Amino acid sequence: MAESKTIYIAGFAIIAVLVVCVLAYGASQEWEFGGADDGAEGVVEEVDPGYEPWWGGIFGDYELPGETESMLFALQAAIGAVIIGYAIGRFTKKD
Amino acid sequence: MHIMEGFLDPLWCAVWFVIAIPFVVLGAKKVMELVREHPEHKMTVALAGAFIFLLSSLKLPSVTGSSSHPTGTGFSAALYGVAVTAFLATIVLIFQALLLAHGGLTTLGANICSMGIIGPAVGVLIWKLLIKGGVGFPLSLGITAFVADWFTYVVTAIQMTLNHGQSVEAFINFMSNYALTQIPLSVVEAILFFMFGVYLVRNKPEIFDISAAVAAKAEA
Repeated sequence: MAESKTIYIAGFAIIAVLVVCVLAYGASQEWEFGGADDGAEGVVEEVDPGYEPWWGGIFGDYELPGETESMLFALQAAIGAVIIGYAIGRFTKKD
Repeated sequence: MHIMEGFLDPLWCAVWFVIAIPFVVLGAKKVMELVREHPEHKMTVALAGAFIFLLSSLKLPSVTGSSSHPTGTGFSAALYGVAVTAFLATIVLIFQALLLAHGGLTTLGANICSMGIIGPAVGVLIWKLLIKGGVGFPLSLGITAFVADWFTYVVTAIQMTLNHGQSVEAFINFMSNYALTQIPLSVVEAILFFMFGVYLVRNKPEIFDISAAVAAKAEA
């Protein structure tokens, strides 16, 4: 058990360090870290000039408020995390 | 990899839907069959879906200066194959398209093809090779997750190039927007699934036997 605990701690530590390093470097370069999904819009403008999106979706041009969007993303993460936590609780062998 | 609403011509929207629908229907049937005939799978199928839910909601910063999110499809692909993954990914993509205006309904077919079908299919291929080659479950699961994640974004770049520009130059542009950004994220996802593999081997190794049995049944 001791050995796998080391792996978990090391794994999460590596991920945390990676994210912090990227953010710190990004801050020094003043990167904005915009979404790659939205970044595609810029690429389309470049390689296919004049392209107009032909449908704006069910909300049209209305942009979801940032607060609501972050709530819904948190909700999505929470649903996943609850199920994963429940499964890990069920799976873990008692010693 | 979410192609935004309106950014694919109607023709391409239709093409990707036609490809996606059979996989999703087959996946839905498979999930119902699994739950009915093997109730012990209920938890694991839910878990596979939960990983997709959780990981695809986490937007992470990347070395290219933009953010993107992992896909979380590696576990589902390794255990249950492409069809089930397509079905689970569809649920997540509909949730995001309807509630978050992230992705879209017209581009749903294309997004299912990248995140739910082709990316995971490459993952399944690698998974089978690694397991046959005698690589351990945790490492195999990690690498499978990396491959399924990264190829999802390669497919998105291909889909966008087919619709916009149709040139090598356009492809390179889309690749650097999607796939380059995705490399560090795929590494993070690989580490997570490697850890989960270590956990499973310790606590619930029979899950991997189930996976082999399901695969054998699917081939028969």
